Formats: sequence, C-alpha cells, structure tokens
Amino acid sequence: MTVILDPTGEQQVAERGLLARPVSLAGLTVGLLDISKPRGDVFLDRIEQRLTEVGATVRRYRKPTFTKPAPVDLRHEIATHCEVVIEALAD
Amino acid sequence: MVSGGPSESATAPALPDGLVIVVKKDCATCRLVEPVLGVLAAGHEPLTVYTQDDPGFPASVTAVHDADLAVSWHHDIETVPTVLRIVDGAEADRTVGWSQAEWRRITGIDDLGADLPVMRPGCGSLSVDPDRVDELRVRFTGSRLRARRVEIAALEDEMEALFARGWTDGLPVVPPTEARVLAMLEGTTRDPQELVAVVPPDLIPCTVEKVAINAVMAGCRPEHLPVVLAAVAAACTDEFNIHGVLATTMPVGPVLIVNGPIRRRIGMNSAGNVLGQGNRANLAIGRALQLVIRNVGGGRPQGVDRAAHGNPGKLSFCFAEDEEGSPWTPLSVARGFEPGQDTVTLFPGEGPRCIVDQLSRDPESLAGSMALGVRGMHHPKLVLGFDAVLVLGPEHARVFADAGWDRERVVAEIVARTVTPGSELVRGAGGIAEGVPATLADRSLPKVRDGGLLLVHAGGGAGLFSAIIGGWANGAVGSQPVTVPITP
Repeated sequence: MTVILDPTGEQQVAERGLLARPVSLAGLTVGLLDISKPRGDVFLDRIEQRLTEVGATVRRYRKPTFTKPAPVDLRHEIATHCEVVIEALAD
Repeated sequence: MVSGGPSESATAPALPDGLVIVVKKDCATCRLVEPVLGVLAAGHEPLTVYTQDDPGFPASVTAVHDADLAVSWHHDIETVPTVLRIVDGAEADRTVGWSQAEWRRITGIDDLGADLPVMRPGCGSLSVDPDRVDELRVRFTGSRLRARRVEIAALEDEMEALFARGWTDGLPVVPPTEARVLAMLEGTTRDPQELVAVVPPDLIPCTVEKVAINAVMAGCRPEHLPVVLAAVAAACTDEFNIHGVLATTMPVGPVLIVNGPIRRRIGMNSAGNVLGQGNRANLAIGRALQLVIRNVGGGRPQGVDRAAHGNPGKLSFCFAEDEEGSPWTPLSVARGFEPGQDTVTLFPGEGPRCIVDQLSRDPESLAGSMALGVRGMHHPKLVLGFDAVLVLGPEHARVFADAGWDRERVVAEIVARTVTPGSELVRGAGGIAEGVPATLADRSLPKVRDGGLLLVHAGGGAGLFSAIIGGWANGAVGSQPVTVPITP
C-alpha cells in the first residue's frame, strides 16, 4: 500500500439547498447583473421590461469587468436589496 | 482516505549532561578511538556513548544503541565520531572526527590519546546515509505535513489511481509520497504551512506544502520549488488575474519567463528548442503551476476553464531568457529589477508562432518583418487590446545589436512599424466585419499599447527566426504581465 498526500484544496463539498422558488415575481425586487460583456444591456433592457410588466421592481447592477468575479461589495449590495437576481452572461 | 499523519519521534530526545559521543562500528576512526572512550568512561565526568550500528560496540564502554537514529537525526550528527559537551541539557561544544587537540580541549584531559595519530577524519553518520535519509525524514519530520493522507490500495496501480481521482493534466504524475514531498520541501527555507496565495477559481488558501505536493507530481526537483512558489504567488495576484486567464474562451495560459542566476543553477534551457520539449526544469516548473491551479484552485477544462481551443502550452509553458548571449539588459531589468536578481515573469499567452526573415541584414528591414508578425496576432484588424512577447532569436538579435539598437529602441522601432491607419482597421474595412469601432477611422493606431511588447532573447544559435506569443485582454479589465522576485 502506498500513502500519498492529497494535492487538492481538500474542500469538503457542502451541499447547499436551493432557496424556495417564488410563486410569483409580483412585488419582489429583482436584481439584474450586467457582467459588462457587449450587448448584455440589450438583453437586460428587455428582461427589465418583461419583469416590470409582471409587477416586479427591478434594480440594475454592473460588474466592472467580465474577466473577474463580481466584487464582494457588489454581491453584498445585491443580496441586501434583492430577493431574486438574474445574471446576463452571454455576448 | 486516512486522516492525520505520523507523529512519532518528532521531537528531539534530550541528551544527558556531560560528554556525549556518537559512534558506529563501521568506521575506522571510531574503532581507532575505542581505547580513548574507555579512558573517558573511567574518568570523573559523566560519559554517554551512542552507537548507531552494533549495540556491542565499543567494547570499552556500555553504549546506548541509537537504533532508530533519533538521537543522531535530531542532534544533527553528520559525522562519526562526534563529541558533544552537554551543559544543563543544551549543547555547549562539539567536535567531529578524531583530533587529539580538540578532544583534549573538550575533555580537559591533557594527555588524552597520546598513542594515537594527531588527527583522523571521521566517517558519515548513518543518519545522513543517502539510502536512509528519505525514510528518516518521513519518520522524524513527517508530522510537519498537514495534507490529508490518501491510501492507494495494494492492488491499485499508482499511476492509474491518480488519473482516476482527476489529479492529473492528462499525463502521468509522480505519486506525491511523504518522502518525496519532504525531500521537495528541502528546496525552500520557507515553512511548509506558510501561505503562498489564495488560488482561484475556488479561492483556496494554498500553503508551501500544497505547492510542494503538486511540484512533486509535476516532476520537479527540490531546487525548482522556489521558482514554482514565486510563480504561484504571481499568478494569483489581482493584476495577473489567473481566474480570468482560466475562465476565458481564448486559448491563453500562464507563460513563465525566468531571469537571473537561478536559470543556470537549476539547468533551465534558454538555447536551442527553448520553447519545446526536452528540459526538465522548464517543463516541470510550468507544469507545477498548472497542477496547482487545477488541483488546489479547482480550475479544470470544461469546468471554470472555458477555453474554446486552448493550446499545448497549457500543459506547461516556461522558459529562461538567454542573458549570457543577449546584447541587451535582461527582461527582468527592463521591468525594474536589479541585475542578478532571480525573477519570474508571468504572461497570459497563447502558443508561440514563428516569424521567418532570412533576408533582412539591416535593422529597419528586420523591424518591419517583426512588426508584420506582431500585427498578425489574434486578428490584424484588432489593435491595442492584447500585449505580446517577442522571443528574438540570437541571429535576429545580432542584426539589431550590430546596428547599435538597444532593447528600448528595438521595441520602439517595431511598434512604430505596426502603426496602421484606422480606416484600414474599422469594422467592415476590407470587406471584413471584425475590426475596431468606426469612431477610430481617422486615427493611426499601433498594434500594441505602450509597454505592451515584451522582448526576450532566447533560442538556438542558428536560424533566422523569432517567435511571437500573443496575449489576452490587457490592462485592468484583463491581465497584466507580472514580474516577481524568486526567493529561497
């Protein structure tokens, strides 16, 4: 038997349960996060229009650059102000 | 998996006060001093003799058998015989081998060993025997290691077991046993538990030990470890942004360029086939960084690594600058470090592409060829968004050097020749949709931003070729080249 040392970060993958899905978006605050890729705003403008039509309040956010994870402060702000978040990923 | 690790014998056995002498029978000098030990045993001072091999040796005194070599290991016995004077539990004096004068000084006996030769060198201690030292290091210092122990069953093939756990880059890795990892850690003065970096994408705090484990797997020698440690730290800076380099759909990965005396000391290649196969230091160091990103950071192809094509250099892309043959200051000096300082520069690069010019004998002509090569990077109509590394071959560099051009002038002349009218670059120009925004039509634009062309002198002595390594989204929105010092 050979004993070797674990080369990984040894992260115990904790299962995190999904929050309950909202039955309706009416009256909820929905954050739209633009990751700063070209034309993400076009997509999100349309989403905002649709969400407003169903009675949601929309707040818009934007990452400084798509190449890096969203700053901690931005994530905190979204989590504080919104019940739902949609991230526009594609070009 | 098993948890914890060996904890036995991690602390030094205390030595009794008085004289302590360590011997082994398989040493002519130890046998020579056997009568002297008898004299000391009969003297007024407490004497403890430790014997490493034969418990019955020396016949002249009753010795303590250092069977597991714990005394010898922990008290740094490298030679037998070694004489120690212990006062209040601490070493106050030491001599090695047989020296009549030294032994008389330490024992205070003026006529000690009068019938022996004046001096005889000692022999190697069993605790530093090359056949035993790896095993002893595990026994006595293995508890320094904190990583989870993983058992590979007797019927499992070691290589296959590592593939099966997803810990390789597609090629076999060296199994990171405790003995190999402890030997690797001898390559640095840093503590195994010291934090090196927080490694994306999973943002895992990564210790010297974790880097050493992956360096073993990559095939590194201990003397390569300081370069790997520096590279891991550089990759995980916000400026270099390894998260973005990994996550991008472009084909780039970290390219490592090493400067300073360490290149020669660890046998790196900066000459023929410098960007190719065949040199252990080049390949293992670059590979070790990638294994840290994969295993510690959790960055894997088709996971957070979203490259559409990637490039073969993502296995390993590491080389040294040919400073000795270069007509110019090294890259590290150009980037603000003192000459003679060991550094590693990280660049987010794709695979290298050859620039051929076998006819230019004047620098202007050659600069024109280099400029065309640089302009071709990624797309000739896209400018300023990407940096590049130009690896000038010695035969090309000589053309510039013979004309008296220094590093700065070579870069400036090449970049000046990349300047193109915006009207040729805008979207739609030449019938090609790709290009820069129409608002730039009236400008003249260089291919690279100020400081965006890094010059490195490397390659074989024959061949009128150079190589261009294209970069990735530059500046604060993407990745900056990062140069860091390599420390022991």
